[in-house]
Amino acid sequence: MYSITAHNISKDYQNGKAVVSALRDVSLQVKAGELFGLIGPDGAGKTSLIRILTTLLLPSKGTASVAGLDVVKDFKKIRQKIGYMPGRFSLYQDLSVQENLDFFASIFNTSIEANYHLIKDIYEQIAPFKDRKAGKLSGGMKQKLALSCALIHKPEVLFLDEPTTGVDVVSRKEFWQMLQHLKQEGLSILVATPYMDEAALCDRVALMQDGRFLQINPPADIIHSYTQPLWSVKASSMYALLQHLRDYKGIDTVFPFGETYHITASHSWQSPEALQQYLQQLGHEQINIQQITANIEDVFMHLMNQPHD
Amino acid sequence: MIDSNSHIITANKLTKTFGDFTAVDAISLDVHKGEIFGFLGANGAGKSTAMRMFCGLLSPTSGEASVAGFDVRTQSEMIKRNIGYMSQKFSLYEDLTVRENMRLYGGIYGMSSAAIKQKTAAIVEELHLQHELNSLVKTLPLGWKQKLAFSVAIFHNPPLVFLDEPTGGVDPITRREFWEMIYRAANAGTTVFVTTHYMDEAEYCNRVCIMVDGKIEAMDTPAQLRQQFHAKGMEDVFLQLARKATRSGD
Repeated sequence: MYSITAHNISKDYQNGKAVVSALRDVSLQVKAGELFGLIGPDGAGKTSLIRILTTLLLPSKGTASVAGLDVVKDFKKIRQKIGYMPGRFSLYQDLSVQENLDFFASIFNTSIEANYHLIKDIYEQIAPFKDRKAGKLSGGMKQKLALSCALIHKPEVLFLDEPTTGVDVVSRKEFWQMLQHLKQEGLSILVATPYMDEAALCDRVALMQDGRFLQINPPADIIHSYTQPLWSVKASSMYALLQHLRDYKGIDTVFPFGETYHITASHSWQSPEALQQYLQQLGHEQINIQQITANIEDVFMHLMNQPHD
Repeated sequence: MIDSNSHIITANKLTKTFGDFTAVDAISLDVHKGEIFGFLGANGAGKSTAMRMFCGLLSPTSGEASVAGFDVRTQSEMIKRNIGYMSQKFSLYEDLTVRENMRLYGGIYGMSSAAIKQKTAAIVEELHLQHELNSLVKTLPLGWKQKLAFSVAIFHNPPLVFLDEPTGGVDPITRREFWEMIYRAANAGTTVFVTTHYMDEAEYCNRVCIMVDGKIEAMDTPAQLRQQFHAKGMEDVFLQLARKATRSGD
């Protein structure tokens, strides 16, 4: 049983005379109870896809279903069954926390108490501010209120569009813990994020770029799909090292990763010893070269550089 | 008056209160000329307020600070002329062309037509924008926009540039190209003061300062901080410090 299916979805927008293709023939299936991540930078098409699946936008081509219902024909029924947290804060700024929750509950013919177990953990954190206007809440609190409102009618499928963008590392970790908890309650969740490291927290992810899926897989399989040898290199003078690595014929790509550079070998790569010697001759000190396993960003950048049809 | 030849920013017990809320609580720091200085903190830690004081946009409640040789309290207009600023939220005018944006910024900072022309040519060359010079900025891909925004922020060759989450939402390759531009600018002598939520980017900084609840809780090189906190990376360091926070917000 799939909670979301999309078949060959395309979406074009008219921008003056130009046609912008936001989605190019994408297909996916999200299983019931799955936590599925759409991972990609701004402009990849994440929001367009979410808006099509939440029945807010019509696809140019293709078909999609949510909770077994067609996103075009059955849009009204779908809206009863989904929760949606848009990227931009969309609650009523001049209503209080309590009033926003009551409002969304009454729209769905339910009450805060009816499904309280679902929002309990989240709501308890904002309860001390329940009389404060939503517009006066901090970023983290707004996020929690928005999530509570999206859950108030016990949706089957939850759509979250970049809930952690611009949020600090601590709050991001807390937010993902809440999602894990909701998953245990049986919800299917589709979450979009530009943070590659959040891929590891999903059951499966679609890596997205320019309206296409680069790959759909569980995060561990995505890492394993990267079979090229990969090395990390550091030395005392990192800025000079960058130029020298770029000039070295045995190297294909050089990308900064934290305190090291990740390099991939070209066909004229010989050995780490040969690279070590080359760098020593150029006067580098404290050279450290290690073979490493790829992380999700290595894979994403590799896939970005592949030609597509 | 605090001043020092090797410091481009000095702050001494700089404080900002809003009513009974102390957003920035007596912070003291020195930023060296030519360094890449990472300014980190959880949402609500007081980063934006501190940064606005350094940019001359907000007057401190108490304490003092000098930026590019000017006092934040009495010479804020001079500070604005002598710094560059770029944020993810606002950087360029979407309805102006690439060339018009550069002319506008150059003009605002009082550059001569000849200097604007020369600088425009240099940026076009560096970013390979030959064919986009007369395109509206809104038609450029996001990655290009961010790189162009950075070039425009240092168009008038300021000794110091503030970058407020410059790489949010950018793809991983562009994010790295962007940091190479930062390296190049720093190598050419520009001091870079940068905030980010990407902890791997904190590792790219010469020194990092972490704010918690309005105070500076740590300030050192990433390597020293990792050692001090027995952490594998800056994310560990940040989590250890930020979890102590008692307030949250923006």
